[in-house]
Amino acid sequence: MDGNLNALTTVFTEFYYWVTVVFMFLIHVGFCMYEVGASRARNHMHTLMKNIMIIPLVTVTFFFFGWWIYWAFPNFPFWGGLDTESGAANLPWADTMGPNAGDRITGVFWAAFLLFSWTAASIVSGSVIERIRSSALWVHAVLIGSVWWIIDAAWGWHYGGWMVRELGYHDAYASGVIHAIAGGYALGVIMVLGPRLGKFAKDGTPRDIPPHNPWLLTIGIFLIYTGFWGFYAACNVPVISPEGIDGQITGVTWTATNIYLAPTTLSGITFNFLMSLSGGLMAAYVISKGDAFWTFSGGLAGIITASAGNDLYHPIQAMIIGAVGVVIVYKLHYWMERKFKLDDAVGAVAVHGYAGFVGLVISGFVLWGVPSSPYEGYAAINPVGQFIGAIIMFFVLGFVPGWAVAKMQAAAGVLRIPEEVELQGLDYAEHHAYEDAKAAIIAADKEELANRGVAAK
Amino acid sequence: MSTNGYSNWAVDMADVGAIYPFQGSEVLMVIVGVAFWIGWHRIQFVREREHLEKARHTGDEEKVKAQLERY
Repeated sequence: MDGNLNALTTVFTEFYYWVTVVFMFLIHVGFCMYEVGASRARNHMHTLMKNIMIIPLVTVTFFFFGWWIYWAFPNFPFWGGLDTESGAANLPWADTMGPNAGDRITGVFWAAFLLFSWTAASIVSGSVIERIRSSALWVHAVLIGSVWWIIDAAWGWHYGGWMVRELGYHDAYASGVIHAIAGGYALGVIMVLGPRLGKFAKDGTPRDIPPHNPWLLTIGIFLIYTGFWGFYAACNVPVISPEGIDGQITGVTWTATNIYLAPTTLSGITFNFLMSLSGGLMAAYVISKGDAFWTFSGGLAGIITASAGNDLYHPIQAMIIGAVGVVIVYKLHYWMERKFKLDDAVGAVAVHGYAGFVGLVISGFVLWGVPSSPYEGYAAINPVGQFIGAIIMFFVLGFVPGWAVAKMQAAAGVLRIPEEVELQGLDYAEHHAYEDAKAAIIAADKEELANRGVAAK
Repeated sequence: MSTNGYSNWAVDMADVGAIYPFQGSEVLMVIVGVAFWIGWHRIQFVREREHLEKARHTGDEEKVKAQLERY
């Protein structure tokens, strides 16, 4: 560290990202509660375990290769080779991938991206509950969490990514790079997986499968909101000097930036997070006629729709965009459900996938002509670039891999649980073990009590 | 041509103020926002009145008793 100001900035930035990581853990807690609340009692433990094990599996694979992909893939394979120089410091055997007094950022930056990886995998997990094999889901979790989403981040969420440079792609808080891709991936999987037994009547009419525990679901989504706030902070660079950016910005005034190192403010994104949440909640309440499930999810969809441009929108723009997105998402969800007989158990494809896609398209118009980067020669933000970006996120990197891998799993007979197990519930064996253990310990305690009574006499 | 007035970031941040799109339309945006808010109340009032009117005629005595017992 050169001088105390530099040292202070570095340690502040290290601590800043560390705090965001802790906040973002709440997203995963929220997803777990939401999934368990939405599932039926006979599937609780398996539903929970399916989501919990995403944490270690995505973490270790993100350490082994996911983080390297982010630094090596910004131009690979269409606009250049692998960036092995940048990638070298992020290989699992690099000395910066551990305690290193000369590098205080890699670990917390890695962790911030890792928490995004968990989120991407967890979004897929919610849509497939109560009928997917855990083994199949965990393969998908590694693929979406440590491969596909991080490729899209290298392309479209990196200051040197080809999508930013060539298309003017702008996605400050991940409408596309997390939500559209994960929603598209989930859509690909559930198209192959099929609906839960009983979801559709014989004439094709969809049946509602209400959540087992609406209170757990409510707390879950509120925790997701809270963690999402941390996510917003994690997407920013908190403070950086113009020479640190090394772009076109002149003068000596330091600034906060988005992931592309273009100026924004923490204050501005706080306005916009809350206003897009509010727009989403209000619109969802009206469009769903006060349905609690959709109203709460609508708040999330509102934020997701506005997220692509929430570094720059005016708060009222964020509110209106959040509201418009929710109306489109709600209508699209039911249209897709009826048309393709889809069972998106928690509305993840809609709330994340469709909202992310719509948000990217809207931002192309509202931010038309705004510079996508502080570097010279980059395309400005524009509707065509954002639309192509949305297609890449949702379909190319999301839907297609999810569908293809699910097809392979289905062909191998390792995708879906047997019908008998689906009917009796995934926790059937555990429930019996629990009842047996309970009966045994009660009997043992009673025997102990009786023996003491005899001894006392 | 840019919706926020900046077509590149070759600027001194000390001289930069608002960076949101459509600057100068703030009053119009507030009018649209307030209309959205008031409209929401209007829709909600009407819907709730209709819902409560319908609900007051749907109560089955036995089911109501069960609800009271449920607490």
